[in-house]
Amino acid sequence: MKKLLMGNEAIAYGALHAGVRVAAGYPGTPSTEILETLAKIHDGSVYLEWSVNEKSALEIAAGAAYAGARAMVTMKQVGLNVASDPLMSLNYVGVKGGLVIVAADDPGPISSQTEQDTRHFAQFAKMALFDPSTPEEAYAMTADAFAFSEKYGQPVLLRPATRVCHSRADVELAAPLRVSAPEGFVKDPRWVIFPRLTFANHIRLEQKLVEMSEEFSRYPKNYVTGGGTLGIAAGGVSYAYVNEALQNLGVSCKLLKVSSYPFPRDLALAFLDGLEEALVIEELDPVIEMELLRLMGSAGQSLGRSSGVKIKGKLTGHTANAGENSPESVSAAVASFLKLNAAPSQPERLARPPDVPARPPILCAGCPHRASFLAVKEAADNAVFCGDIGCYTLGNAKPLDMVDTCLCMGAGITVAQGLHRVEPHKTHFAFIGDSTFFHSGIPGIINAVYNQTDIIVAVLDNATTAMTGGQPHPGTGKTLTGSSPPIDIGKILEAIGVTDIVRADPLDHAAAKAAVTKVLPLTGVRAILFASPCAAKIKKPIYAVDAEKCRSCEICVAKLGCPALTMQNGKADIQRALCAGCGLCGQICPFHAIGGAL
Amino acid sequence: MTNVLIAGVGGQGALFAGRVLGRAAIQAGCDVKISEVHGMSQRGGSVETVVRFDREKVHSPLIDKGGADFILALELLEAYRSIGYLKNGGWLIASTQRIDPMPVITGVASYPADIVEKLTKTGARVKALDALSLAIESGGAKMANVVLIGVLAGALAGDLAIAKEDWLTALRQAVPEKLLAMNLKAFELGHNWRENLGEIQTI
Repeated sequence: MKKLLMGNEAIAYGALHAGVRVAAGYPGTPSTEILETLAKIHDGSVYLEWSVNEKSALEIAAGAAYAGARAMVTMKQVGLNVASDPLMSLNYVGVKGGLVIVAADDPGPISSQTEQDTRHFAQFAKMALFDPSTPEEAYAMTADAFAFSEKYGQPVLLRPATRVCHSRADVELAAPLRVSAPEGFVKDPRWVIFPRLTFANHIRLEQKLVEMSEEFSRYPKNYVTGGGTLGIAAGGVSYAYVNEALQNLGVSCKLLKVSSYPFPRDLALAFLDGLEEALVIEELDPVIEMELLRLMGSAGQSLGRSSGVKIKGKLTGHTANAGENSPESVSAAVASFLKLNAAPSQPERLARPPDVPARPPILCAGCPHRASFLAVKEAADNAVFCGDIGCYTLGNAKPLDMVDTCLCMGAGITVAQGLHRVEPHKTHFAFIGDSTFFHSGIPGIINAVYNQTDIIVAVLDNATTAMTGGQPHPGTGKTLTGSSPPIDIGKILEAIGVTDIVRADPLDHAAAKAAVTKVLPLTGVRAILFASPCAAKIKKPIYAVDAEKCRSCEICVAKLGCPALTMQNGKADIQRALCAGCGLCGQICPFHAIGGAL
Repeated sequence: MTNVLIAGVGGQGALFAGRVLGRAAIQAGCDVKISEVHGMSQRGGSVETVVRFDREKVHSPLIDKGGADFILALELLEAYRSIGYLKNGGWLIASTQRIDPMPVITGVASYPADIVEKLTKTGARVKALDALSLAIESGGAKMANVVLIGVLAGALAGDLAIAKEDWLTALRQAVPEKLLAMNLKAFELGHNWRENLGEIQTI
């Protein structure tokens, strides 16, 4: 049966059909849809959860795999940084049931803080990694990864990148595997990591890596095609771009497709043999390139001409070392390598017009974060504002301009403490979203209370994990598949020892400002809980401008940065199709020219 | 190979339109690749989705600059921004809706004037229509995306054609039951608009 599937959906089907029993993760672009899809398609046979963070998710999956179940954990690439502690140790312990860790990379980056390459993480952790080029391969490789993990007794990484995660193709689905019930947890010293065990397992692990590389040289998704003295090696979506470029140029050459690591050395040797030059096309880090160079170093003299095979790629400046590849960039690199004229480019007259204003992502019309930011800005404009990861990072844009730092999940609270130690005379705010609060915000707040730092924590509680599309978290009363009693952020703060906690509805502008003014002169760790649901989740009556009352002062437009509110023919105007009815503009208009729906 | 780029502003339904087109092409027996953009740029930013279909195998989900046979633009500025993707001889079908980006709202930049005229002057084959009004006539502003899909469906002819029944099947698969009638009407209004566009048999 064929189905039009996004790469992430294909991975969910792949896992279901491979008999996954437990799957956990934390939302993060471009990985989020994997668990969401599993929640939609499974028949009750799979335990699924959004965990509070990636470290927890991986440890839950590890426990399930200790008990012999097939388990999966999903996250974006920076989530793997959070999960790196269990990851590194787990590979020394090993698993019983197959454990597949999906970490989605994001070349570009399109929606991430880093351009890190999970293939390096696999090498660092001494783990196998599967790297699909298409949604079709993502489906098939998920099952391969489970089988591989069980065969070697080691966790395995699956690394799709954005253009695989978020591309759709008609995927041929196989019949679901019949996987026998898990054996259950069997007590054994092997599950308790100790230095002596680590040493013994390290020896085995190195041997396994050699065997894995040998097996991957025979793996049907790693292959060499074509011939000649010029060869191209590629992996991930770049392999599709290479095929497309060769097709458009009307040529062929020797090709190495790399879909899994540890690097398939024997296959790569067969590729290099007889070549004069090789071009490597890959995204993020030059992993294939460095492996080929390493092979040349150890076996090169016997391979090609006396001078060896010249390897071209990121390290030699033949391809870009940052950003994502595109069909164009690959086409140009391939044409230049094969000494052909690049495919004819489009006529000059259709070039991108010069006067196109950018359209950066922004806080939605009606977003309560805008209101929270405005309240703080008006009450404490000269403070330092530490931001965090989520929709509210978009508060950095003018006119709000309310994010002075942003580093990684949960870091706003702790960076604020560091700033304050150097400049104690300044006021430091730390903005944190509700889901980020549970993910990694809490330890930072404990640290602030314990070490008696003066900071103001502003929790932006919109009752969802908004940036990734609205996933539940512990404060929402919902789980991925059901419900659970909500955990109260205010009570957590109280328990930690935060003594001054005020709650405010950010859309009540006067009250929100008063809340800020109240905690501003106090000392110690203070908290403001701004609670109002995400504008994408609710429908309210929209607002309109009374053109006769509008004095064209432009205060509303200049202060809010609301996409629904613009100046048209000298008067403020609200676009009906965009307005979400938050009413903030009505509260700040000095001439009462904006009111509820007309 | 037919390459369609759908450009719009996050929230306008460019991705949904791409899925409907992809499903219709599959119904018509084609191999399909669709690229989507999720996450941060969906928050009111520029959104592009590419749909590629062919009787032969489609490799890449993305296209080169100058690779689009058709551009469907849900907003004028996004039509202007995406013109570099249009193939020589390709068609750009744009909704005349205007959504000001933040640099325009805050006065740092201005919204280019006379975009349709400027696009036409490049020699590109440009057709503009008020898809928003047709969508509202169908029952909701959100369906401008389906209006544009209807326009494309009505215009594709000859070797490029996809049977109307395949489009309707794609819509039925993609749209929830309670919104189906409205969407079918939006598609129909777009489809009828082909009288302004003529039949497109080759690019």
